[in-house]
Amino acid sequence: MLLAKVIGTVVASRKDPGLQGVTMLLIQPLANDHKPQGKALVALDSVGAGVTEEVFYVRGREAAYPFMPREVPADATIVGIVDEWTA
Amino acid sequence: MILGRVVGTVVATRKDERLSGTKLLVVRHVDPNGKDEAGYMIAVDTVHAGPNDKVLIVTGSSARMAAGLKDVPVDAAIVGVVDAVDKTD
Repeated sequence: MLLAKVIGTVVASRKDPGLQGVTMLLIQPLANDHKPQGKALVALDSVGAGVTEEVFYVRGREAAYPFMPREVPADATIVGIVDEWTA
Repeated sequence: MILGRVVGTVVATRKDERLSGTKLLVVRHVDPNGKDEAGYMIAVDTVHAGPNDKVLIVTGSSARMAAGLKDVPVDAAIVGVVDAVDKTD
């Protein structure tokens, strides 16, 4: 899992049925000094995260697990909102 | 998922039989503002995306979770047509 900051929202009306009702957020991965690292990506939200919050997210096939038994085509999902972290 | 822009199509007569009937599109990577970035990929379209559409692409084994792609040998699927990206940073 990796740390990121939520920097925006994404809206798509026409999408896979599995994505209906799922919040999509734009996130910016962070380095361990809290600075942006790498490219922004779109992640699904399973914990009710909001813009400007720091979160951690899971990548790969496991990103679909928070939504089981629904079949959701997810490759990145926010699974936690970070209260604080040190590195 | 990553953001892309549909820039072309791929036609292949001889291909894995499970890919028959799929629509293959060439997608350019774009940043949240819609600006083209380096790199492209071929993705299976599941949402009837058209030329120049800004799309959501799911990659890796998760691509097989998209509608109609169970057991299909794909690693990238277009699963949404983006209406808007609201970036607040």
